[in-house]
Amino acid sequence: MASGIKGIISLGVGESDFVTPWHIREASVYSLERGHTNYTPNSGLPELRQQICRYLHKKFGLEYDYSQEILITVGVSEAIDIALRCVLEPGDEVIIPEPCFVSYKPCTLMAGGAPKTVSTQEANHFKLMPEDLEEAITDKSKVLLMSYPNNPTGAVMNREELEAVARIVEKHDLLVISDEIYSELNYNGDHVSFSSLPGMKERTVLLNGFSKSFAMTGWRVGYAAASEDIISAMLKVHQYTIMCAPVMGQMAAIEALKNGEEEVKRMKAHYDQRRNLIANGLNQMGLSCFEPKGAFYVFPSIKSTGMNSLNFCEELLKEEKVAVVPGDAFGQCGEGYVRCSYAASMEQITEALNRMERFLQRQQKQKKIFALNN
Amino acid sequence: MDDMKIKLLQALEQNHKISIKTLATMLKISEKEIKEMIEELEEAKIILGYVTLIDWEKTDNNDNVTAIIDVKVTPQRDVGFDTIAQRICRFPEVKSVYLMSGSYDLSVMIEGTSMKKVAFFVAEKLASLENVQSTATHFVLKKYKQDGIVFEEDENDHRLVISP
Repeated sequence: MASGIKGIISLGVGESDFVTPWHIREASVYSLERGHTNYTPNSGLPELRQQICRYLHKKFGLEYDYSQEILITVGVSEAIDIALRCVLEPGDEVIIPEPCFVSYKPCTLMAGGAPKTVSTQEANHFKLMPEDLEEAITDKSKVLLMSYPNNPTGAVMNREELEAVARIVEKHDLLVISDEIYSELNYNGDHVSFSSLPGMKERTVLLNGFSKSFAMTGWRVGYAAASEDIISAMLKVHQYTIMCAPVMGQMAAIEALKNGEEEVKRMKAHYDQRRNLIANGLNQMGLSCFEPKGAFYVFPSIKSTGMNSLNFCEELLKEEKVAVVPGDAFGQCGEGYVRCSYAASMEQITEALNRMERFLQRQQKQKKIFALNN
Repeated sequence: MDDMKIKLLQALEQNHKISIKTLATMLKISEKEIKEMIEELEEAKIILGYVTLIDWEKTDNNDNVTAIIDVKVTPQRDVGFDTIAQRICRFPEVKSVYLMSGSYDLSVMIEGTSMKKVAFFVAEKLASLENVQSTATHFVLKKYKQDGIVFEEDENDHRLVISP
């Protein structure tokens, strides 16, 4: 619906507005010029896996063996799919905190699992509460699949909060698939990787990639880090369905890890300032939102308008040509919210906020007239 | 200098038209503090001016020529290159002056309304200065990028309007 309209400002995009940093693009072009156009090993280029291990060690103090415990995938999306396919037996329950990325439930179902969602609340800043997790667990629970910093809410979880989750995971002998694709975009201190918590490395399939941190969405490069058992099982599915992740993306990813840190910092600083601008603007116009601490999304409540999420998005698009995403696209408990991405320029954000304010004022006026006439 | 000032300077360096109010929201401090910081930075001559980058080629007023001149000079006792550099700075035709390492000493950028005028300036004003040993003039043929801004760039957003 949105794609055909002219003059549209989109805050509905789940990817960076920055183009991949030039040195990364250049490295990939250079690798093509040198003729790197062949298959890579199924698990990915050894140099890339080594760089990833170095990165995980430096950032989170993690120790992984590049030859046995890392698999390069076609984005984290593939990794989610094959991880679930490898660990689930028919009927196994997968606990999924919502709102969450759109693929978790369908991938669980396709792998023969039973998704069991746990609603997270705005009052708790959309963090996973230990008591809610505990309540969702049954004898059939096998996996906890979660992602912090979170798409769509912008929630992050700190060390203590994750440790509380870890204790429950241990108690009920669960496996955790931790999608940490937004790990570089934490504005509230350093990201804590779930697998770095005591005793959790063996229980965690850590998923991460290059899309969000290095603005490399279209390259489709992600990775899984886990125990040798799980990685070797994932590798089997991967090698028969994908063969290997595209070589030019892998070459680019090597350059990203080697020399990309400055660019990541630069982009993060931009997001951070836009985050303040948009959260403040939304709150001021009466769409209350908690201050998001990660990723590049805000998740304001639109309950005050009396509209449902889809309705709000459609009307806003029709009347003011601003595209945002209905919150219930990310799970039932996202109803009453919309996702706005601030991976957009300062000018676009300011203009979108102006248009949204105008839209709200008009809605309010109509509501009043309606009330007077009845 | 504190971190907040650096952040403010970085934001202003990219766009000084950004309002005080927006700056305050972006950096999460009060408008009053922003104003005071800017005043302070101006007074300390850390902020030296607010200029606008213009692509004159796209206007009717586009026959200016720019030249970069490598200047070799004899440094003077006690003051080194400073006195001669400051003298060169005073000419309004001169847009920038840098002291360089390498095979020459000063890099001087000059703008004039014609090639002839630039050549005249170099011969009459610059080369004739005391302590200037030699000059080499390079005319700029086309500007591709200046102060971090690319003059003609494909700025289309290739992203899908909605993606998860």
